[in-house]
Amino acid sequence: MTALGKLFRTTTFKLTLVYLTVFALFAAFLLAYFAWNTRRLVTQQIVATVDAEISGLSDLYQQGGIRRLIFSIDDRGSRPGSSLYLLTTAAGEGVTGNIGSLTTGILDKSGWTETAYRRIDESDTAAEHQALVRVVQLPGGFRLLVGRDLQERERLHDIIISAGRWSIAIVVVLGIAGGFFVTRRVLKRVDAMTGTTQRIMRGDLSGRLPIAGTNDELDRLAGNLNVMLERIEALMHGLKEVTDNIAHDLKTPLTRLRNRAEEALRMAEDESQYRAALEGTIEESDGLIRTFNALLMIARAESGQARDGMTTFDAAEIAHGIGELYEPLADDKGITLRVEAPDAAPMRGNRELISQALANLVDNAIKYAAPESTTLAPDQSPPVNGAQPEIVVKAVGEGDRILLTVADTGPGIPTDDRSRAVERFVRLEQSRSQPGSGLGLSLANAVARLHGGELRLEDNQPGLRSVLALPRGESAVAASQSAPREGVPIP
Amino acid sequence: MTIATQGVPTPRTHKKDQDSEVAMRLLIIEDDRDAADYLVKAFREVGHVAELATDGEEGLAHALDGQYDVLIVDRMLPKLDGLSVIGTLRSKGNETPALILSALAQVDDRVKGLRAGGDDYLPKPYSFAELLARIEVLARRRGGREEMVYRVADLELDRLSHQVKRAADEIILQPREFRLLEYLMKHAGQVVTRTMLLENVWDYHFDPQTNVIDVHISRLRSKIDKGFSQQLLHTVRGAGYMIRDGR
Repeated sequence: MTALGKLFRTTTFKLTLVYLTVFALFAAFLLAYFAWNTRRLVTQQIVATVDAEISGLSDLYQQGGIRRLIFSIDDRGSRPGSSLYLLTTAAGEGVTGNIGSLTTGILDKSGWTETAYRRIDESDTAAEHQALVRVVQLPGGFRLLVGRDLQERERLHDIIISAGRWSIAIVVVLGIAGGFFVTRRVLKRVDAMTGTTQRIMRGDLSGRLPIAGTNDELDRLAGNLNVMLERIEALMHGLKEVTDNIAHDLKTPLTRLRNRAEEALRMAEDESQYRAALEGTIEESDGLIRTFNALLMIARAESGQARDGMTTFDAAEIAHGIGELYEPLADDKGITLRVEAPDAAPMRGNRELISQALANLVDNAIKYAAPESTTLAPDQSPPVNGAQPEIVVKAVGEGDRILLTVADTGPGIPTDDRSRAVERFVRLEQSRSQPGSGLGLSLANAVARLHGGELRLEDNQPGLRSVLALPRGESAVAASQSAPREGVPIP
Repeated sequence: MTIATQGVPTPRTHKKDQDSEVAMRLLIIEDDRDAADYLVKAFREVGHVAELATDGEEGLAHALDGQYDVLIVDRMLPKLDGLSVIGTLRSKGNETPALILSALAQVDDRVKGLRAGGDDYLPKPYSFAELLARIEVLARRRGGREEMVYRVADLELDRLSHQVKRAADEIILQPREFRLLEYLMKHAGQVVTRTMLLENVWDYHFDPQTNVIDVHISRLRSKIDKGFSQQLLHTVRGAGYMIRDGR
């Protein structure tokens, strides 16, 4: 559409027109009312004056008779700015007055009428004026007509109407012009935004909407959209990273799988060797499937897909459940595992994912916090840190967050390595020999981020303290006002 | 943990461990020809009879007509999807146990599947041993009454009083150990996989990656089997565990 057409179809312009119309109508109404009222006022004044004169003249007639009346009329009628007078007999013959001619038939009407007239002393026979007159019957048959010229009234009326018409016209013109310019300015800003978004949609995710600095609603909109664009760019980046990672991370075990099978084909000689090779292949495949599932879960958590599985549950219950699940395994390796979660800690989240994240942390703690040799007899030298290795699982509320903590007394993670540890498949130096896929911390991190929280790796002095800090979520806050849970102690 | 071999168990080994087994009639509704043929063969090797339908409508028709012990239904099917097949069966009053196979493994998907009328849900890829164990549990569930006391040989578990006795001697178990034993005895003579235990005794649906379950089992075993000549709690290689009277 043409630029002008586009402009006229904007909301701004339409609003301007609506506003203008309403205003103009209102102004017209106001002016009309004003005009009507002033006219009425003037008419009232005329009526009052004429009535007063008639009343006065009637009294004069009552008191002084016709002579007196005639005298008074002549006197009054000759003064400048006087009213109009006409006295006639019952038959209609003029007696005295200052009216030269009248519309015919006026005298026959009694009461108020408007009429055209000419003054008696007027030379210009073509001129005609309007007057508001009243005719009364006097006792004795005389008819008295008193009136006033309407010229002033009409002139006042005309002035007002004329002024009204002009002002409305000016308002409309100025309004449209103003609307036009304002709209054009707004349209320019919106067009700038549209241009940017089109560029972004064509693929340039780094584009951002321009901010004019006026801090008005358009700026705020642009600001919010920019934040959203940041997020989208980050997500796209993350997605690319995830797919790159998955492709890379799965290639290694797949290659391993293939190599083993190929080697078996080359080297196996009897059935038992083939069988062993096949069993190894299946084992490797299972590991691969596990890795794939874990990666998928991480990708889902990172892209926010798991958000629909949110429920309200008790984090303390999860801590107890996971602790109880892993306690025998820890005990077998010579580690004491206990849970400290006496109070209920309701929160909103994905119960499965959080259980798994906590399980991963506990699993890690058991793997890495075990004493150097699991075959230590009770009377042999004590473990590295000189104390019975211990893992403590906690669930506590802290402000608007729930903290799920797994603290061990193992070797811990050096400060520099902590951010790396969370990356996929990273196995730090001291843990290279352990089995497992290396995805445990990555998943825990992804789950924490999915819930709007974070995974913190801290120094337990000694050992590692992994903290899942998760927001409670609104509906759970209300539930947390209730009394502490009655704890079921770990057997 | 070293993953125990998960593959098609040899017929010999399997039959020996599952002597309470009755040949079952199964209906497999699966459009992937390779997977379907594999299942039919595998089931045949362990003594069950499996029929095949390759789309939802055919599957529904078969299921309504035939008398099957268990239905194995793939979720994604041409013509009529798996959940709809089961839903229709249920609405017609057919209560044949159904196990759903699906590549969708999230908890929500599982919940959806069970709500549609499925009795169990197994994400792909799965091991045949897992599938077989679950099928057999489903088949037997159909006929059982709710017993209050479980007995295997001289081991007795009272579900009401939470007492466990062997050879009339009381055995003290922790609450979780009790639930573990209860589940095993409920399915006495059937293979119970680690995943089934994790789901039914602990209500977790993730893969713990380590042998946590094994340690719980060995603790239980030391309480109920130690000192007795007859071992009741067996490890079924490649599948899981079973409580069984060994004689």
